[in-house]
Amino acid sequence: MAMDAATIERLIKESLPDAQVSIEDLRGDGDHYAAHVVSSAFRGKSRVQQHQLVYQALHGRMGNELHALALQTSPPED
Amino acid sequence: MDSTVQDRIRDQIAEAPVVLFMKGTPVFPQCGFSAAVVQILSHLGVKFKGIDVLSDPSVRQGIKEFSNWPTIPQLYVKGEFVGGCDIIREMFETGELKQLLEEKDVPVRA
Repeated sequence: MAMDAATIERLIKESLPDAQVSIEDLRGDGDHYAAHVVSSAFRGKSRVQQHQLVYQALHGRMGNELHALALQTSPPED
Repeated sequence: MDSTVQDRIRDQIAEAPVVLFMKGTPVFPQCGFSAAVVQILSHLGVKFKGIDVLSDPSVRQGIKEFSNWPTIPQLYVKGEFVGGCDIIREMFETGELKQLLEEKDVPVRA
């Protein structure tokens, strides 16, 4: 089952309100995305913790409805 | 989670300094993301133990709960979860992966 990019962005922003999210549909199939997420919530966190925050925002969809989301995260630059 | 599965995963992680939970085997990866991590580790000349989650559904589900990480592959170095495909790729590109392996006394190709 596929998910649209707007849903992914909305879910991430619900959990990380200040997030800047850019999503690319890699194959145009609604199943393989690349997302770059910038949020102040990532400050002082390891990459694993940053990605865990995004996965939590997706409420278990990652690895299920959402097959592939290549993720890149970073805190905002000052 | 079933505690026997959790114990088994803990034992698997302790079996080798570098352990990769993956789909398929290092010789025949069954998924592009697993294949990418195998390729990176091979490029760095790192010896690792591959654990095929496709051959064991309880580990396939269990490792996701164990690491609080929803996807496979998952890389462990000296018992510590380092990341999935995206993180490993990023760390490889920045040189951080090699640095981490060296810090943990894992032999890498010079």
